[in-house]
Amino acid sequence: MNMNDLVFIVLGFITLLGAVGVVSFTNIVHAALSLVLSFLGVAGFYFQMQAEFLGLVQIMVYAGAISVLIIFAIMLVMDRDPNQTNISHPVNRWWGGLIALLFAGIIGFAIRESRFTGQAGSPDADRVGQLAELVLGNYVIAFEIAAILLLVAVVGAIILAKGAKEQ
Amino acid sequence: MQKIETLFVDLSDWFIAWLQSLGVPLAWADAILLLIQFLCIVGIILANITILIWLERKVSGFIQQRPGPNRLGPHGVFQTVADALKLLTKEDIIPSKTDRLIFITAPILFMTISVMLYIVLPMGKDMQVVDLNVGLFFFISLGSLTTIALLMGGWGSNNKWSLLGAMRSVAQMISYEIPLALSLMGVVMITGSLRLSDIVAAQDNVWFILLQPIAFITYFIAATAELNRGPFDMPEAEQELTAGAYTEYSGMRYALFFLAEYTNLVAVSALLSTLFLGGWQGPWLPSWLWIIIKTYLVMFLFMWVKWTFPRIRMDHLMAFSWKVLIPVTLVNIVATGFGLYIFKGIGG
Repeated sequence: MNMNDLVFIVLGFITLLGAVGVVSFTNIVHAALSLVLSFLGVAGFYFQMQAEFLGLVQIMVYAGAISVLIIFAIMLVMDRDPNQTNISHPVNRWWGGLIALLFAGIIGFAIRESRFTGQAGSPDADRVGQLAELVLGNYVIAFEIAAILLLVAVVGAIILAKGAKEQ
Repeated sequence: MQKIETLFVDLSDWFIAWLQSLGVPLAWADAILLLIQFLCIVGIILANITILIWLERKVSGFIQQRPGPNRLGPHGVFQTVADALKLLTKEDIIPSKTDRLIFITAPILFMTISVMLYIVLPMGKDMQVVDLNVGLFFFISLGSLTTIALLMGGWGSNNKWSLLGAMRSVAQMISYEIPLALSLMGVVMITGSLRLSDIVAAQDNVWFILLQPIAFITYFIAATAELNRGPFDMPEAEQELTAGAYTEYSGMRYALFFLAEYTNLVAVSALLSTLFLGGWQGPWLPSWLWIIIKTYLVMFLFMWVKWTFPRIRMDHLMAFSWKVLIPVTLVNIVATGFGLYIFKGIGG
């Protein structure tokens, strides 16, 4: 077992530990915080694959912003005993497990069947520049449409929160 | 002169050579050097903070026309050491109704993130622990994690003031992260790289504070808010929230939060001098001395602002970020883009 495998196993353990925590903690704030742990583990995978930019985006957007949003929302609406807020449904938990297994099977099958032709670049390659050329070159329309979509969502959120004036 | 300039680089080269002469493989020698570099970073942080806290109290004393600490040692220089010893020997109190695990983890996480910021900072010519090609982005993105640590502290304390303080600081930090990142865009556009050593090298002829004066000011304001320092210290506004997210913390746990805030202050000041004040470049003196001088000048500026302006109201604070800072930084980015386009047109 070389160093790379060891790092992979440790990161996988952290990610799975976080993911198991999300479903098994009965306190929903604890569940949200272990979601952060899981996000950080995934960011570690990106670093291991030398996709530093993606890893940092993962930390900033998922671990730093989205999870804060989730925790904020939870704290604002919670009015019960916090230790009883994330209890799994007595029947649906089995259905959920079944569906999760099914999806894991499909993804595993897809991974087994596909051919990965990509190769590792040199560690000093200017990956941010390459990414920028793709996003602002070949895929610029998709990129701009996503940006407009986000802008519309932000404007909509502000109107919903403030309440539009009646004409 | 040359010897002093490359003192630390020579030292690490000599150390690697010495380890190799003992029969240690190069990879292991590098790993050991990395560990020593981490220890050095911790040492740098602790030494600087000890000076910094004393300096802050002296500066605030000078501004408020009072002597400041003056009993222990000449001009009270040993006051911080005594305070640290006192905090270390205090009883470790964990209130019984807290969310114990979160309460304990929060200050450790906060401090860890602050220390991690230092690994990308260029502390002199060729003196950088890791020269990441996305160094600047690393700094911003890790900084966004501190919100989680504060939120954990506020939630785990199970106290109204703590939670209110944490909520305020999270709202403030998320709002000010946007102008913070946007004001650095101008520098990145001129350099064409996120690598901090490239940014320093690009300021060979002219410092970016002259090319990007607006970005410097907006970054300074946004950084003050990110650091939760006055006049934007709403999250711990003593008069209304006792101590915000830190209310329930005492002893060394409180000191960790306190230390981490000063650690962040040093890191942000060093980044500011790297991005806008030419980094370690300067005449006559060795490079690692220049970065220290510049960092301390920037920190003095932070202190001056803190002890001069009164605290700003929470809603004014948020409105200032969204309605003033973000538009200004966006206009600055557009202007920089036009400027670069014209400049490149002239230059061919």
